[in-house]
Amino acid sequence: MNAPPKKRLKVATTSLAGCFGCHMSLLDIDERLFDLLKIVEFDRSPFTDIKAVGAAGPCDVGIVEGGLCNAENVQVLREFRQHCKVLIAIGACAINGGLPAQRNHLELGAILEEVYHAGHGLANGTIPNDPELPLPLDRVHPLHEVVRIDVFIPGCPPSADAIWQVLTDLIAGRPPRLGYGLLQYD
Amino acid sequence: MVLGNPESHAPDRLDELLQPILTRWGSAARNLVQILREAQEACDWLSPGVIDRLQRALGVPRAKIEGVAGFYAFFYTQPRGRYRVLFSDNVTDRMLGNRALLDRLCRQLWIEPGKTSEDGLVSVASTSCTGLCDQGPALLVNGFAVGRLDAARIDAIGELIRDAVPLADWPAEFFAVADNVRRADILLGSAMAPGDALRAAHARAPSDGMLASNMRSWREGLPRGVGGPDALLDEIKRANLRGRGGAGFIAGLKWEACRNAPLAPGQQRFVVCNADEGEPGTFKDRVLLSAHADLVFEGMTVAAYALGARRGFLYLRGEYRYLLDRLQAVLARRRAAGLLGGNILGIPGADFEIEIHVGAGAYVCGEESALIESLEGKRGTPRNRPPFPVTNGYLDQPTVVNNVETFAAAALVALNGGDWFRAIGTGKSAGTKLLSVSGDCARPGVYEYPFGVSVAEVLADCGAVDAQAVQVGGPSGVCLAPDEFARRIAFEDIPTAGAFTVFDRTRDMFEVARNFAHFFAHESCGFCTPCRVGTSLLRNLMDKLHDGHGSPYDFAEIEKLNRLLQAMSHCGLGHTACNPVLDTIARFRPAYARRLEREDYTPAFDLDRALAPARRMTGRDDPGAHLQTVAEAGGESGASPGCGAREDSEGGRV
Amino acid sequence: MSINPGFAPSFSLDGRQVPFTAGQTIIQAAAAAGIYIPHLCYRPELKPHGSCKLCTVKVNGRQASSCTLQAQAGMVVESDTDELNDERRALLQMLFVEGNHFCPSCEKSGDCKLQATACELGMTSPHYDHFFPSRPVDASHPDVLLDFNRCILCSLCVRASRDIDGKSVFALSGRGIGSRLIVNARSGRLGDTDFSAADKAASVCPVGVILPKRRGFAVPIGERTYDAAPISVVALREGE
Ligand SMILES: Cc1cc2nc3c(=O)[nH]c(=O)nc-3n(C[C@H](O)[C@H](O)[C@H](O)COP(=O)(O)O)c2cc1C
Ligand code: SF4
Ligand code: SF4
Ligand code: SF4
Ligand code: FES
Ligand code: FES
Repeated sequence: MNAPPKKRLKVATTSLAGCFGCHMSLLDIDERLFDLLKIVEFDRSPFTDIKAVGAAGPCDVGIVEGGLCNAENVQVLREFRQHCKVLIAIGACAINGGLPAQRNHLELGAILEEVYHAGHGLANGTIPNDPELPLPLDRVHPLHEVVRIDVFIPGCPPSADAIWQVLTDLIAGRPPRLGYGLLQYD
Repeated sequence: MVLGNPESHAPDRLDELLQPILTRWGSAARNLVQILREAQEACDWLSPGVIDRLQRALGVPRAKIEGVAGFYAFFYTQPRGRYRVLFSDNVTDRMLGNRALLDRLCRQLWIEPGKTSEDGLVSVASTSCTGLCDQGPALLVNGFAVGRLDAARIDAIGELIRDAVPLADWPAEFFAVADNVRRADILLGSAMAPGDALRAAHARAPSDGMLASNMRSWREGLPRGVGGPDALLDEIKRANLRGRGGAGFIAGLKWEACRNAPLAPGQQRFVVCNADEGEPGTFKDRVLLSAHADLVFEGMTVAAYALGARRGFLYLRGEYRYLLDRLQAVLARRRAAGLLGGNILGIPGADFEIEIHVGAGAYVCGEESALIESLEGKRGTPRNRPPFPVTNGYLDQPTVVNNVETFAAAALVALNGGDWFRAIGTGKSAGTKLLSVSGDCARPGVYEYPFGVSVAEVLADCGAVDAQAVQVGGPSGVCLAPDEFARRIAFEDIPTAGAFTVFDRTRDMFEVARNFAHFFAHESCGFCTPCRVGTSLLRNLMDKLHDGHGSPYDFAEIEKLNRLLQAMSHCGLGHTACNPVLDTIARFRPAYARRLEREDYTPAFDLDRALAPARRMTGRDDPGAHLQTVAEAGGESGASPGCGAREDSEGGRV
Repeated sequence: MSINPGFAPSFSLDGRQVPFTAGQTIIQAAAAAGIYIPHLCYRPELKPHGSCKLCTVKVNGRQASSCTLQAQAGMVVESDTDELNDERRALLQMLFVEGNHFCPSCEKSGDCKLQATACELGMTSPHYDHFFPSRPVDASHPDVLLDFNRCILCSLCVRASRDIDGKSVFALSGRGIGSRLIVNARSGRLGDTDFSAADKAASVCPVGVILPKRRGFAVPIGERTYDAAPISVVALREGE
């Protein structure tokens, strides 16, 4: 373990079109979480109750799970990019769209029709048009197609060891490296 | 594959149409490309019914036929209309306003580009350069070239199609292709009588050096010690004749290597003339074949004589289909005159025949090993080399492939000798070079100069004022800026296959490069990963810049892709696919800098447009139903007016 | 070629002398000497194709495909360099974005050569924008499924079916980015061919296109081919 830096790293995390699997994996670093908390503090994250990323000053690291499925995903991602020095795409969905992107060969219109009109047991269903709801994009995109991403941690979800490796590399100021066993796509 | 699509012809009629074609080509799978081409001419498209019959007759797997048909741009396995119109989409056609003419024709015929009209009458789409850059804009209708398009001609064509007038009854002047010879030298000015070069070659005594270095007699049927073939080869080498198709390999060495290649029993040597002329902006081979076909065929026969080859092929690009009948007539005349066939010029055993194969819309088939694959009836993918065609060419037998102009020059060398030829041009570049001049100049056409002519001289001769750039050698060649116009056309300075495209100061060199990037993506054969995917990625990045989404990040990506294409590609197409972009970046950087409108990385697609289908489905148009393409500090949302109004990637003024 | 009888001719590969026999390609000689060169479209029992370009090495300073180029005495070959590995990674990224590769839901995951090679070369993201092509699945055959979404056009199945099975069930069609694998039937469906799950072609696909039905995810994560050892080890051990 490297000597902890004087100032704690500020880390923000979020889940876009993902399943929270990657966040679970982050928690899976188990007892090392305590080591981690000595060197990082969390900004906006499902672990905290902070709602806006970077409201209390810029973050050192942003960790984003899930791909971009709708307008809100894009907005949150942009805020992360704006307020985080290093942006990490974590998990298959963030990196190539993952499961949600398997709708990409279908037309969005046809999908909405199927779900809200033709779908089983939806007599006279209407497509929700509440302005509170984010509009879906015509295609699901991985994060790097919309903003610059600095580090990728593939896996579905990545193992706790892989996440730990990247975070400790970053804290130590090394370019993150995942070797055999840690680098996996599923 | 569309099943159940109406065949244009009844089944028994299909047999009637296909049988003569199969007979003509010996029902041989190695002639598949020719059989498909003629089948399509007869049946309008390669329907499942046509493929059924070909499969039975040729005895090859159906997937092989479909694989070949799927490779060539001019083969259709879906109905495309009885009139198939393809607009040439070279940068010169763009400069002459081809997009507006395409739109005009589509409007007139009530169809969308790329689609077939519901009544099955017509389809309109674009194709790569058709080699009429000196008389563009141009199009092909059912494979036949029509140049000098303007609104009136387009309207007339639209009417002829609507009235379903057979092509044969269209005004002949539509199909008239001018030679536009602007400057002639030894080739274009040649008045050689057919057979003279052969007679001279046969009469030539062997030189001492040649005899000493090679005492073998390789020509079957020729008595040992006859000087002709040795001496001829010696002259070709002495002439320092280098290939005119781009790579500049010394023809004498190629011929010698082929002649010395061992023959297994039953094998023979082949002579192949590369008339694929697919490099955008190049049309000099068209003019040679139109005005000096005898010289070209004589050069091929001379080569056959030197090599001991009994068969030759002319591989004519599909876009020059209109030349086929005339070329066949020249061959027939030469046969009648004893210049082709058996015992040529009465020399016992001097047998040579030339067969013409016509391509079907694939630039990569100009690459010699891909060309040979196509001659063998296959998909035109370049082979792994070594071995090279000189030892393992057509049907795995020794084969010489040379450019049209190389053969024409070889005929003159045979006639006048190597020293005569070598005295023309520069020290390292013997002879003359045909340039296909087009673009922003008063007198586009073919210019023949001794090697060593400067770019500035050519510009002056063709009446180009205010040139800001010349693309020499087409997209795979080099792009020169005015401070380089003193450079010379020669192997030691600017080697070229012959395209010379002029751009004046009103032109946007970024758009020129983008047109070329589209060309390479369209023409990549798809065999190797870097070119198959890389040319499309490069095209997409250039489109991204065009669409106003570019940032310095994309610029770095373009440079990285360029390096990858150069390093990892399988053939010359991939190696050179990045040249136009690299050259214009180096010389016309402001044209790019202007495009890097975004400071930070910006998505290639328009985010707000990506929400349009959902807006349509929900009927929403509130601020939350929009996204800006560029993130703004503060994250205020709302439509970005600039982006929606922009022309899409199809447009763009060169 | 060596002139001294008794001494095998050799070339240098990343500084090591590698002996070879006449006619061997660079990749064959390297494998025999226990050196792994990344590759996807090459299998020793099939005629080399030279299309994926993963096996590109530098021979006397110039790039060449090591699966097609015959070894010659005295060649200086570089393979495991940062430059070449960067370029190979970029090729892998191209293959990933060209198709639809969602490893978590792919039966081949853990046994896939594309995935394993990407891990071997440290690819963490596909980097480029995805093409997200639309490629329907063919489930018409009773025993074998074709998921074209993952096809990398290596033509191994084409060669195996033609040259070993004598059937020519597969062929490549289209061109450029539109290249695609087709099946030898008027319907275009595998179920209408004489393809059998026992064919050689059924077992050569390096990725998850040609899959046996009813056997998905039979091997648990952790016990699959490349869970146990990286491809650089497996390839040499299995001679593939
Ligand atoms: C993509 C590509 C396209 C080519 N197109 C042509 C062509 O249209 N005509 C031609 O003569 N050579 C073309 N070449 C060059 C040929 O491969 C070959 O070098 C040439 O035909 C040899 O003839 P030469 O030595 O007389 O030039 C092309 C090469 C590449 C890589
Ligand atoms: S470089 Fe391009 S054209 Fe050449 S073999 Fe590769 S894919 Fe085909
Ligand atoms: S084929 Fe390989 S790389 Fe593609 S999705 Fe399946 S496991 Fe992943
Ligand atoms: S199906 Fe598999 S073996 Fe066949 S070409 Fe595609 S990736 Fe290669
Ligand atoms: S979001 Fe983490 S694996 Fe899909
Ligand atoms: S393994 Fe050599 S090119 Fe694919």
